[in-house]
Amino acid sequence: MYRETEVLQSVPGTDEMVINVGPQHPSTHGVLHLVLTIDGEKVKKVEPHLGYIHRSIEKMCESLTYRQFIYTTSRMDYLAAHINNHACAMCVEKGLQLKVPQRAQYIRVIMDELTRIASHCLWWGSVAMDCGAVTPFFLAFREREMINTIMEETCGARLTMNYMVPGGVMADIHPNFQRSVKDFIAHFKTKIDEYDELVTGNIIFESRLKKVGMLSKEDAISYGCTGPTARGSGVHCDVRKLYPYEVYDKVQFNEILQTGCDSYARYLVRLAELRESMSIIDQLIDNIPEGDFQAKTKAVLKLPKGEFYSRVETPRGELGVYIVSEGGTTPYRIKFRSPGFSNLSALDHMTRGQKIGDLVAIMGTLDLVIPDIDR
Amino acid sequence: MTREELQQLIATQFAGCSFEEGTEWLTVDISADSWKTGAQWLRQHNDLLFDFLFCLTCVDWKTHLTMVYHLTSTTYRHTLVVKCKLNREKPEIETVSDIWRTAEFHEREVYELFGVIFLNHPDLRKLILPDEWEGYPLRKDYEDPINMIKL
Repeated sequence: MYRETEVLQSVPGTDEMVINVGPQHPSTHGVLHLVLTIDGEKVKKVEPHLGYIHRSIEKMCESLTYRQFIYTTSRMDYLAAHINNHACAMCVEKGLQLKVPQRAQYIRVIMDELTRIASHCLWWGSVAMDCGAVTPFFLAFREREMINTIMEETCGARLTMNYMVPGGVMADIHPNFQRSVKDFIAHFKTKIDEYDELVTGNIIFESRLKKVGMLSKEDAISYGCTGPTARGSGVHCDVRKLYPYEVYDKVQFNEILQTGCDSYARYLVRLAELRESMSIIDQLIDNIPEGDFQAKTKAVLKLPKGEFYSRVETPRGELGVYIVSEGGTTPYRIKFRSPGFSNLSALDHMTRGQKIGDLVAIMGTLDLVIPDIDR
Repeated sequence: MTREELQQLIATQFAGCSFEEGTEWLTVDISADSWKTGAQWLRQHNDLLFDFLFCLTCVDWKTHLTMVYHLTSTTYRHTLVVKCKLNREKPEIETVSDIWRTAEFHEREVYELFGVIFLNHPDLRKLILPDEWEGYPLRKDYEDPINMIKL
């Protein structure tokens, strides 16, 4: 949290200086406050100060029922609201031993993958902007806008969808849904090549990312990194493959692994994941089975005494929901294992010895979403 | 390794430990004193190699606090949940941030929200709350006259 520090301080007896980056700084993508110790251009130490948007969602959830608490989680990782809701709904279903109808499972997975595309698009635009390119941001928002419109049609919201509920999804898909998704996929298939052409091979972009922000495989595991951050270091950690949920075991897709261990490897993983997500949607969109979109549940949900843990793969990594139940209508304790929090803890290790300008690029490839870290 | 084999092996290291029944993953209750050496053993034993600490948290049971560690092995893919009971008045436990680096941040979070002291932690300061904050917000008896969340 914020401490009364001067904007610029010198460390007595050395050439080192302490400077603040953030909390309001365009490159931190939110209210993240970093206190840097620098020697000239070189970063000696990075110390994140969190808490600017800490809402204590975990405490709030203790007084909300199992139907209500899911809606607070849309505000954690706001770029992947569907997937947050999904993790919570799955955890409640695990406790109730509730079987979700096939139709709902298909809809959930399609929604998750659309969210992943939207989130990775936004990340692609912003990481390019962090490295000095402005145009990609507008291109990425063009595609993201299309997804938001699809979401609005079916869920009635563009950012905080609140569409997943225990037992299925809140409402059936819009009659136009399948057509709009197919139109979008057809559009995006041509555009993703444009993404590659514009940024991937760009010499300036490559030299900003290659051999920058190294994170070895051992360190990635030790720091608890998940998602594209860890897969860029060759860690096999895709929850969709390791612990398949819903219909992920019925679709063909590859887990993208890179062994570059640098920022560029993380970039390549995310870009390839866009294509994988498209292929998953392609396989499911025409095969949504008929039937109920929600299982029959009681009006008041009561979880049996015990502990339940569920996990899903968000665009940033593994999101875990840990519910301790005492048998009542509200959770006794709930913990969200957010991917961003663990990924951020590796930032200091990755940045030491690099230049300040690289810090911005490294943070860009970590894809930090601050409300997800603060909760 | 099956759950039974894992249970037998782990019982050899932690004297007087107990295993919980009916849980998704093997869950072991141990004493806080045996945690540090036990953690090193879990990390290094050739048949266990628990190298990935994916969740670290605490639960306030009003009479005592319970630390909960979720461990998994990226080599063998087995999962273990370790629980340590702590005295609510003087909650102290050894840090594991030197074994799993991710614990450093997670322990700082538990420290400020539950008041658990992690012995030998390299940098045990508040992470989220302001320095002058009093009380431990995630404890069950926490009262804040201004910002209390109650429905």
